[in-house]
Parts: sequence; C-alpha cells; structure tokens
Amino acid sequence: MIDSTYIILQHYWWFIVSLLGALLVFLLFVQGGQTLIYILGKNESERTILVNALGRKWEFTFTTLVTFGGAFFASFPLFYSTSFGGAYWVWIAILFCFIIQAVSYEYRSKPNNFLGQRTFEVFLFVNGLLGTILLGTAVATFFTGSLFSVTKMNLTNIGNPVISSWQTPWHGLEAALNVHNLSLGLAVFFLARVLAILYFMNSVSNENIFSRAKKQLLINSIPFLVFFLTFVIWLVLRDGFAVNPTTGNVSMESFKYLHNLLAMPIVLALFLAGVLLVLWGIFKSLITDYTKGVWFSGIGTVLTVLGLFLVAGYNNTAYYPSTFNLQSSLTIYNSSSSKFTLTVMSFVSLLVPFVVAYIWHTWRLINGKKIDADEMKNEGHVY
Amino acid sequence: MIDSLDISVVSWSKAQFALTAMYHWIFVPLTLGLAFIIAFMETLYVKTGDEEWKKITKYWMTLFGINFAIGIATGIILEFEFGTNWSNYSWFVGDIFGAPLAIEGIMAFFMETTFIAVMFFGWNKVSKRFHLISTWLVAIGANLSALWILVANAWMQYPAGMHFNPDTVRNEMVNFWEVLFSPVAVNKFLHTITSSFLLASVFVIGISAWYMLKGRHILLAKRSIIIASVFGLISSVFVGFTGDGSAIEVAHKQPMKLAAMEGLYKGSEGVGLIAIGMPTPGKVYNDNKDPYIFKIQIPKMLSILGYHDKDAFVPGITDIIDGGYTYKNKNGEEVVAPSTAQKIEKGKLAIQALADYTTSSAEGNKEMMAYHKNILNENFEYFGYGYLKDPASTIPNVPLVFYSFRVMVGLGLLFIVFFGLILFLVLEKNLEQKRWLLKTSIFMIPLAYLASQAGWIVAEVGRQPWVIQDILPTSAAVSNIGVGAVQVTFFLFFIIFTILLIAELKIMFKQIKLGPKEGGN
Ligand code: HDD
Ligand code: HEM
Ligand code: HEM
Repeated sequence: MIDSTYIILQHYWWFIVSLLGALLVFLLFVQGGQTLIYILGKNESERTILVNALGRKWEFTFTTLVTFGGAFFASFPLFYSTSFGGAYWVWIAILFCFIIQAVSYEYRSKPNNFLGQRTFEVFLFVNGLLGTILLGTAVATFFTGSLFSVTKMNLTNIGNPVISSWQTPWHGLEAALNVHNLSLGLAVFFLARVLAILYFMNSVSNENIFSRAKKQLLINSIPFLVFFLTFVIWLVLRDGFAVNPTTGNVSMESFKYLHNLLAMPIVLALFLAGVLLVLWGIFKSLITDYTKGVWFSGIGTVLTVLGLFLVAGYNNTAYYPSTFNLQSSLTIYNSSSSKFTLTVMSFVSLLVPFVVAYIWHTWRLINGKKIDADEMKNEGHVY
Repeated sequence: MIDSLDISVVSWSKAQFALTAMYHWIFVPLTLGLAFIIAFMETLYVKTGDEEWKKITKYWMTLFGINFAIGIATGIILEFEFGTNWSNYSWFVGDIFGAPLAIEGIMAFFMETTFIAVMFFGWNKVSKRFHLISTWLVAIGANLSALWILVANAWMQYPAGMHFNPDTVRNEMVNFWEVLFSPVAVNKFLHTITSSFLLASVFVIGISAWYMLKGRHILLAKRSIIIASVFGLISSVFVGFTGDGSAIEVAHKQPMKLAAMEGLYKGSEGVGLIAIGMPTPGKVYNDNKDPYIFKIQIPKMLSILGYHDKDAFVPGITDIIDGGYTYKNKNGEEVVAPSTAQKIEKGKLAIQALADYTTSSAEGNKEMMAYHKNILNENFEYFGYGYLKDPASTIPNVPLVFYSFRVMVGLGLLFIVFFGLILFLVLEKNLEQKRWLLKTSIFMIPLAYLASQAGWIVAEVGRQPWVIQDILPTSAAVSNIGVGAVQVTFFLFFIIFTILLIAELKIMFKQIKLGPKEGGN
C-alpha cells in the first residue's frame, strides 16, 4: 500500500532539513572567522572590530544548529536516536565546542571574567577549528556509512530493550579517522574561513584588515578547493547505498551518487550553479576590489550543500547507511515521523518565510553601516 | 554484545541529565522574568522621555545579557542529550516529543536571537518605537520557548493525544491540540513562568536593596523596586494559584507523586496536609514503622488541595501498590484500582503481545495479528510496568520529594508577604530606613533560586521511575553506551559548567559593583 501524500511529506521534510543544514554551513563563516582573529587583527583595536563583526552574527549560527537538530528530531526521529546515541563522542565533542563558544563573546572583554580574555579567544578558536571539521566529518558519514544496527523489535526484550546499537567501541571517533570523511571536514573548515574573509571584506571598514584579508583569501581558497574536489570526485566514483522502493531492501550500487545527480537534473543544476557561484565570489574578490563576494559565495554554499544533502536522501538512497548491516540503514521512509506529525510540522514550516523576513529586516537595520573603530568607541554594547 | 543492560548506565545518564537540566535552570528563570521587567522599564522611558529610565533599562539589560549567554550554553546540550543519552526514548516517543522542540526553534529561539541583537546594538540605529517593540519581542520569544519545552515535559507526565502503532513500534501523535492544551501543560506553563517572574522580581529587589544600603544610585534602586515589587506581588499570588492547579493535576494523574510529596503511606478520606514534618528514614512501604518522626498537620487540607473536597479519599503509597480502592478513571467511571503487581502482569502481557504481533506480521497471518493487537491494546495502559522487576521500584525518593515540596511552598508563601511589605514601604517612602529588610532582601535572592530548583525536583524526581508516565521507565529509555563514557561526559559537563558559572558570577558581581554608567550602558 503506497501512500503518496506520506511520501511527498517525507521528501518535503528531507528538503527542509537539507536547507537548514545548508544554511548552517553558510553561517559557519562565524566559526571560520574565529580562527582568523589573530591572523587578520594585529592589534587590540583591530581584533575588537573583528570580534564584534562576528559577535553580531554568532547567535544565528547557533540557533540554526539548534533548529536543525530540532527539525531533524521531529521529522526523522530514528536518525536522532541512532546517530546521536551511537556516534556519541563525535556529537559530544561538537556540542562541547559550541558550549564554550556561547559565553565567549559576552564574557571576553568584561572586567573580572575569571578566565581572562585570552582563554575566551582560545575557546572561540577551538570552536572554529574543531566545530567545523567535526560537523563536516559527521555529515560525510551520510555517504560513507557507519557501523550500527537497528532492530525495533528489541523493545520487547525486557532485559535489554535497546533499539539501536553502535557496533564499534569507538562510538563515533572512528568517523574522524576516515580519510574520506576528513576531506569533507577540512573542506568545510577552509570554506568557513573563505566565507569569513569575504564577510569581513564586506562589512568591516579598515584598510589593514582588508589587505590582510585579501592575502588570506588566496591562502585559504587553495586548500578548500583541494579538499572539496577530493571529496566530490571520490563521491561520484564510489558505490552508494540504494533502496529498492517496493521491498525497502538496501543494496550497494556502483556510481550511485553519480546516478543520483544524473537522474535529478535539477539537483545537478543546483549543485553546479552553487559551485560556480562560490568560485565566482572568490575569484572576483581576488582580482578586483570587489567587496560583495560574500553574497555570491554564500548563496553558492547554500546551493552546493543543499545539492549534496538531496543526493544523499532522494532518489531511493539510504541517507544514513549502516556498513555493519545494510538492512539497518536509515532511509527517509523508514526513519521518518508519522504522516500526522509531518503534516502538523508542515503547517508550522509555513512560518519560516516570516522568520526569514524579520531576520532580513533587522539585519539591514543593524548593519546599514560598515563596522569601524569609531563605532567601537561610541557604541554601548561592545564584546 | 551485552545481553542485559548495565543498570549503572541508567543512573549515570540520569545524573548527567539532572546536572545539565539544573544548570540550565539556574539561568532560564531570570531570563524569563527579567525580560518583562526590562520591557516595562523601557516602556516608561518611551512614554515619559525621562533619560533616567533609559539608564535603568540599560543597566538591567547588561545583567540580562550576562545571564542570557550562559543560559544558551547550557541549553544546547539538553536538546541533544535526548538523542545521545536517551536514544530509545527518542524513537519510542520522538514522533510526539520532537515536534515541540522543532517548533521552539522556529518560533521562539529565532525571535529571541534576532531581537536581542536589536536590543543590544540598536539603540543608535533604529527608532525608539522599534527598539521598544524589539524588547517586548525578546520577552515574548523567551516565554514562547518556555511554552514549547514545557508542553513537551508535560506530555511526559501525562501522555495525551497519541496512540501506539505496533507496526512502527512507537507512539504516534493523533491529536496535536490535546498535546498542546493538556491541562497538565497549561498548568505547568503558567506555574513555571509566573514563578520565574517572581524570581526575577526578587533578583531586582535584592540588588536594588544593596544599592540603597550603600547609598548609591538611589533613584534607580527605588524605581526598580517599585516595578519589581508590583510585578512580584502579582506573580507570587499567581504562583500560589497555579501551584494549587499543579497539585490537582498531580493528584489525578500521578497519585504516586502526590503520595511521595506528602510522605503518605496509608491513605484515607479527609487526609490532612503535613505543614512541618520529618519522614522516617529507611521506611519501606510494607513495614510497620510510623512514616513520620514528627508532624504538624492541617486537618483535611490535602483532600481539599488535591480534589477540592474535604472528604475525598487520597491513596497512599501502600494503597497504590496494593490496589483495591476505588477511583475515577479518565472517562469519569468509578473503578477499582489494580495492584501494582497486576499492572506489572498486564505490562508483560502487552510487551509479549507486541512481540507476537510482529511474528504474526512477518508470517503474514492476519488473523493472529488482529488477535495479538487486541491484547496489546487492552493492556497498553500499563505497557511500561512490564519492564519493572517488583512493585517497590515504582516508589520515588520520598524524603527528597517531601522536603523539596515543603521548601517550595513555604518559600512561596513567604514571598507573597515579602513583596507586599516591600511595596507598602517603598510607597510610604520608608524603605531606606528599614535596613534589616534591605539586608533580608539580598538574602532572598538565593532563596528564590532554591524554591525554583526545588519545584523541578518535586516534578521530576517525583515521577520516577517513569520517563513517560506508566508507558516507559527510565531504564528502558537509555542509550546503549558504556557506563564509562557517560561518567566521562558527566564530569566534563560538571567541570565546564562549574567554571562557566564561576565566570558568570564574578562578572555579574563586578557589574553590580560598578553600577550603571552615567549616560547609560
Ligand atoms: C520560585 C519558584 C516557585 C515557587 C515559589 C513555587 N513554585 Fe511550584 N514549581 C516551580 C517553582 C515554584 C517550578 C520550578 O516552576 C515547577 C517545577 C516543574 C513545574 O511545572 O514548575 C514547580 C512545580 C510544582 C508542582 C509539581 C508539578 C508537577 O509535578 O507537574 C507543584 C504541585 C507545585 N509546584 C505547587 C506549588 C505551590 C502550592 C506553591 C505555593 C505557593 C509553589 N508551587 C510555589
Ligand atoms: C530538557 C529541556 C530543555 C531543552 C532541551 C532546552 C533547550 C534549549 C536550547 C537548545 C537553548 C539555546 C537556544 C538558542 O540557541 O538560542 C535554550 C535556551 C533557553 N531555554 Fe531551554 N531547554 C530546556 C529546558 C527549558 C525550560 C524548562 C525552560 C523554561 C521554562 C527553558 C527556557 C529557555 C530560555 C528562556 C532560553 C534562552 C536562553 C536563556 O536565557 O536561558 N528551557 N534551551
Ligand atoms: C530545567 C529544569 C529541570 C530540572 C531541574 C530537572 C531535573 C531533573 C532531575 C533531577 C532528573 C533526574 C530524576 C532522577 O534521577 O530521579 C531529571 C530527569 C529527566 N528530565 Fe528533567 N528537569 C528539568 C526540566 C526538564 C524538562 C523541561 C524536560 C523535558 C522536556 C525534562 C526531561 C527529563 C528527562 C527525559 C529526564 C531523564 C529521565 C528521567 O530521569 O526521568 N526535564 N530532570
């Protein structure tokens, strides 16, 4: 019995989750920027400008992460239960990186802050370095798979009613030791830095920072391209996890992700347009005095990551594959919430355009003018 | 593979959740209440154009920001802990529980985040009016986030609006409005936010009192006290009413929790309320020890509180375990309560029926599927009992719940008197002379936090061993990870949160000492 409304809802929610993930990767420019404070700012006043430029945005990244988690929980609870409870260490490490970030802006320059300004700057750096690499690595397991088993009926085993079990004692650390996962992790890290540089070029008014930023743009774009291309080339060449739509059986298929791209020309177009926009933003900022490159590269990032997520979940693909037991793999069909809950949530998602609209409106009000040293002196609230 | 779950994983996971939740709850109530107090102050500024009000507003905003940052730091871990540490739970009830968390993010957190940016950075960039609206929206956003998370929590105390689907092996939502407007959720929300308004009012009064004692910033202190004591007085009366409402919900939906709150073992008609007392340590439900070492009772009060009927029967712990008394069930019918041993039997039947249903389903035997599903539905009410070993494991920690309840209620009554007194004296322009009262006001701040934490202990420890009342015990909710891993993360969180708390307190005390800057900051 096929319920096509239910299938549409499952696709809709995979799209929403993917979009939130894509926005999150773009907003990770805050994290990237946190690793550049000492590279771009050579004295206290320059660093204050940089920290404040990021400080007005960090909560959006954070809240997007929280909402990404909440939306994933509501729409695909089996993923929440399997991945978070299984790859325990990776997720705990990611959370830890974000805990230390959340206080750092507010406390960094306050008198009597116990740990000292430098400690809070180290917190920001750690968040920028590990937070991005680990998030990228965790997302790469959507393509490489993990060692877990899911048996819902274990719930009737009174002595040990465990539904999902991770089948390696490493509990997620193994993902960070896999080169393919790491290539995406590092690509995300360098992308975050590239975006941060473009963001600074656009919203900070300071000659020295601008010229250093331009130099760093090249230095960070090259490793970004290397890692990103490594990941993508390997992705289109590798075997993928295909689902038989009638039986739900999962099997390996060669060139599965390449097939997905070709089978979904719109996704392919999104992906390619995204990559081109990212490159155009970088290129134009490198060779001219253009300062708005962050818009191109930012939108490009959203499209590229959206494309990757859609390739992972659409076209009968298992988005969270188990290499321990293929049949335990999670698909958007077997891991989703009920039709009722997805429907309720879809009504809620109608609020999203309003949310985006007021965020947009207030950003424009607050960021009408570039940040400079004068503002740091005159503004009441400075980090 | 381990065959039987290591029970210490459950204890450590509980300890970790309790630790992180209690840390989060240090910061949240102040945010919820102070946001409104600031909004009142700014409204007065915009209405009167008096620069002093602007200075007052900005001053409390600074303290708000310091508290808010660490509230966020402790919140993120809670959200993900449902997955990391309660993985079974996340599947079994995720279909219902996940939705409020997602709605919270979309509706509340973004609103808070966006308008907080205007609140802090917008003074010179947006119009006065837009700034004021932003401040109000921060307060509304914060309280909306409280709404959604409390709906989720209330649902765990009283699972409404769902049914169990044996094909997917989980509970599924069938009625969103029943989840949102369950009487438990409504009460919990109102009680929690009003108690947070109370806490924030005590905070503002305490700090202002310190300025009065030091003879500094007198105008700021007086004006702040007037606002906070009015807000606090109204809130504290509401706290009493909604607390009474909560007690009624507990009496009807979680009788074991009510019995634990009172240390009541042998129930009867027209039960008194223990005003002051001491439960006997080491008391077991079926021994002959007197449950109290001493007690001072208000006759018939518990029956009145729980059922609004002075002669109502209130079951005690022993009654609930032995069963046999009559009570009104969900549909309002008089029924005889089964014993806990019988509930455990029924729970085991339900779990077995689920297993058999799945076997029949795999064989494609429709007739047997219907047969087993029927048994499952008949006994599902007690599904969670099937995981329990013996009836005694349904009793929560009685002394902890008993004392916490008394601390909360006692302080609740005290606060009403306190706000009344402060308001009276400040209006009589007499407060500055009452130095003892000013000193007491400072001391009230930690008491407000104590009452608030005690409330959660009543609510959460009182519902043990259930994570979802009657349907899922904590021991069946946990993730399959080694106890060592949970111990490590417990101490990691303990250390980092403690360090951050110390930093927060030092910064906060420093800012209070510095006081408002001239021209405002
Ligand atoms: C400043 C804090 C504060 C104060 C003074 C009070 N409460 Fe409270 N109470 C809370 C803060 C709180 C809380 C932290 O908000 C709780 C925890 C869970 C909840 O729903 O609210 C709570 C829970 C809670 C519960 C348990 C509800 C449940 O298990 O779902 C009851 C029965 C009461 N309260 C009753 C009262 C009464 C009769 C009070 C007398 C005036 C009172 N509370 C004052
Ligand atoms: C287990 C339960 C809880 C979870 C999972 C949770 C989750 C979170 C998260 C993820 C944040 C950070 C949000 C951001 O990015 O801006 C947060 C902050 C917040 N939460 Fe919680 N929370 C819980 C309990 C509560 C309760 C009981 C309340 C109120 C009644 C509450 C009210 C708030 C508020 C007002 C904030 C804003 C920050 C602050 O000042 O504390 N939370 N919470
Ligand atoms: C913020 C204030 C809160 C405090 C201080 C608090 C306190 C506690 C405590 C002490 C426990 C452990 C009980 C025991 O081990 O006997 C616990 C468990 C738990 N609480 Fe809360 N809680 C809070 C809010 C919430 C909220 C809002 C939710 C859900 C939305 C929630 C869900 C849970 C869960 C899932 C557990 C673990 C399972 C269990 O032990 O029952 N808590 N909490």
